[in-house]
Amino acid sequence: MKQLLTGNAAAAWGARLAGADYVPAFPITPQTEIIELLAQWFATGEMGGRLVMMESEHSMLTAAAAAAATGVRAFTATSSQGLLYAMEMLYTVPGWRAPFVLVNVSRGLASPITLESDHNDILAARDSGFLQIHCAGCQEVLDSVLLAYRLAEDERVRLPVIVNLDGFTLSFTREPVAVPLAAEAAQFLPQYDAKNIRFRASKPISQAVAVLGGSPYSYFRYETHLAALNAVDVYEEVATDFAKRFGRRHAAVECYRSDDAEYLYFMIGAFASKAMDAVDRLRETGMRIGLVRPRLLRPYPVNALRRALSGKKAVAVIDQNLSMGKGGVLVTELASALYSEPGAPLLASYVAGLGGRDISQEEFFEIAGELRGAHTRGSAPAPRLLYTAEELRELRKLQAIAAVEREEIGGRK
Amino acid sequence: MINVIHRMKDLPSTHLLGTGTPMCAGCGGLGGLHQIYDLLGTRTVFVNAAGCMTLLAAYPFTPFRGSWLYTAMASAPAGAQGVRDALDILLEQGRMPRDEDLTTVVITGDGSAYGMGLSATSAAIERGLDFIYFCYDNEGYGNTGQQSSSATPHAARTATSRSHAGRKKDLFAIWAAHQPAYAATVIAAEPLDLAKKIEKAKSLRGPRLILSLAPCPPGWDFDPADAITIGRLAVRSGIWPLKEYVDGRIVHTNRPHPRVPVEDYLKTQGRFRHLFEPRRDETLLAEIQARVDAYWASVDT
Repeated sequence: MKQLLTGNAAAAWGARLAGADYVPAFPITPQTEIIELLAQWFATGEMGGRLVMMESEHSMLTAAAAAAATGVRAFTATSSQGLLYAMEMLYTVPGWRAPFVLVNVSRGLASPITLESDHNDILAARDSGFLQIHCAGCQEVLDSVLLAYRLAEDERVRLPVIVNLDGFTLSFTREPVAVPLAAEAAQFLPQYDAKNIRFRASKPISQAVAVLGGSPYSYFRYETHLAALNAVDVYEEVATDFAKRFGRRHAAVECYRSDDAEYLYFMIGAFASKAMDAVDRLRETGMRIGLVRPRLLRPYPVNALRRALSGKKAVAVIDQNLSMGKGGVLVTELASALYSEPGAPLLASYVAGLGGRDISQEEFFEIAGELRGAHTRGSAPAPRLLYTAEELRELRKLQAIAAVEREEIGGRK
Repeated sequence: MINVIHRMKDLPSTHLLGTGTPMCAGCGGLGGLHQIYDLLGTRTVFVNAAGCMTLLAAYPFTPFRGSWLYTAMASAPAGAQGVRDALDILLEQGRMPRDEDLTTVVITGDGSAYGMGLSATSAAIERGLDFIYFCYDNEGYGNTGQQSSSATPHAARTATSRSHAGRKKDLFAIWAAHQPAYAATVIAAEPLDLAKKIEKAKSLRGPRLILSLAPCPPGWDFDPADAITIGRLAVRSGIWPLKEYVDGRIVHTNRPHPRVPVEDYLKTQGRFRHLFEPRRDETLLAEIQARVDAYWASVDT
């Protein structure tokens, strides 16, 4: 039976159906609905275990990982500034090899401070050792939380996983979501067995100890990296099992009308559904264009991406993030995956959709036009930061108001 | 298991903490830990904040016979929260036999306890977390070369101050203000007092502070052989009051009488040498003595 659920509620349902025992929590817009729902369910006994309000995301993540290292299934959620406040622990706890799931509700980073979505927060966690699954719809959010636990807890992986959804566009948008029966979810995801990773009186262990020197340090860092790489194949297994049980396939790399396409949009997250709409309309005009959307960003599904992109004429990578002094992060990563590949397409780079800024249909069409031109020319266009003349006009108005306000309170012009 | 301790003879004769750690000779923090570990035993998980003692467990060795989790500088109490909550959940759900349970112990230096970790500590106390919080207080960032921390006493020379301007935050009072289950100051040089307090802490549940002054030979600049003497002087001069908070009351467990002049304590340490050489700083010495006197005047009723 389908229910109308927000992305946040879908995330909470994922945690509930996963039988998460422990949720250390700290509120931040736009994540709060997740922890409020979970708190309710723990209070009514619909979930067993407990939710504990922490005093910061740094502590929240420490507690989640420590609980996972003691052998319970832990869940937590944050966003944006909260994710960055927890950044030290984000880089620390994957090395504990204690699996748990963190939902991040993407939101732009300060400065300037804002509430709406882009992906700079989650991409700051890119090199942490957390695996990353990126969602474009509410159903995907619920399903991905279940998938994420299977992936995280697999003995070949044993790493924490972040499930990412866009603030506002997904977190507060209701979509019809099929909520699996608890029994079916439990069959897919049995109770967590921590095996040797747990604190018990009869079997003392030392976790996260210091090493002396680069050699043991490198060894353990390599091990974490190799475990993350294992997650490519494990994800495939887990996604296949999920599809068999629930009839929904969530590929590591989602391809939309891309098989016969000459041109592609390349995006992650909720705005990719706008690209799908643009694809449909452009197809009507005869342009062979499609969309490739990696769901799995860590580990980076290099082979699947090469298969999806090789032989295409040109690909527009739309980054809802900005690495200051470099540009889009996704395009940089994709270029590294395709460099020296025979038949690698031209890559055109667009930065758009920062802090909730919309990407209009006209912009998708304009981008498609540029792809054609790039192919004809045989070279990629210069990277573009999307901003319309109309937007600039509106911004100038704001600046004018700001100047007047400053003058009125006695500031200098 | 709770032991009744009246005399030195009642202290444990088996020692649990392994030897050969990388701590400095004469480390007052390690001295305290040895005694505490003998009393707490191995059914413990020590949750560590960044500091000198982070190096106790250096792969592949550990002096602990029980468990250990290193977290970060700011969030050891949150690590203890996660471990404790997880153990409780496993017990409640019948997923772990009761004899597998562990006592959760935070082990932290003053740098974290008085500063970066204070927010996490305050929150853990407020949540009523069932844990023991052991702070070895060597009055500075010892592991990095004794830069001043908010535990550094007034007028001490550190790697970042010629004569520290601050006046040592009162961590015991901060804990007491939270109305925890228990809080106590201890020192390795007074093992009987320390042992009685550990036994009392063991008999209680909830947040429990064991704040141990840790004379630090390299940081305070004295000969390692003098660590115990200096510890005793800290108590007898009254600059380190031994006390406990229990049932909403603060009780002094050792009222030095007569108190030796505080300068007898100060002059044992190079960090206070500038108070005596090249000439005595009568003003500062008098001020430090006056603060100690005022403290005892306020509690001697």
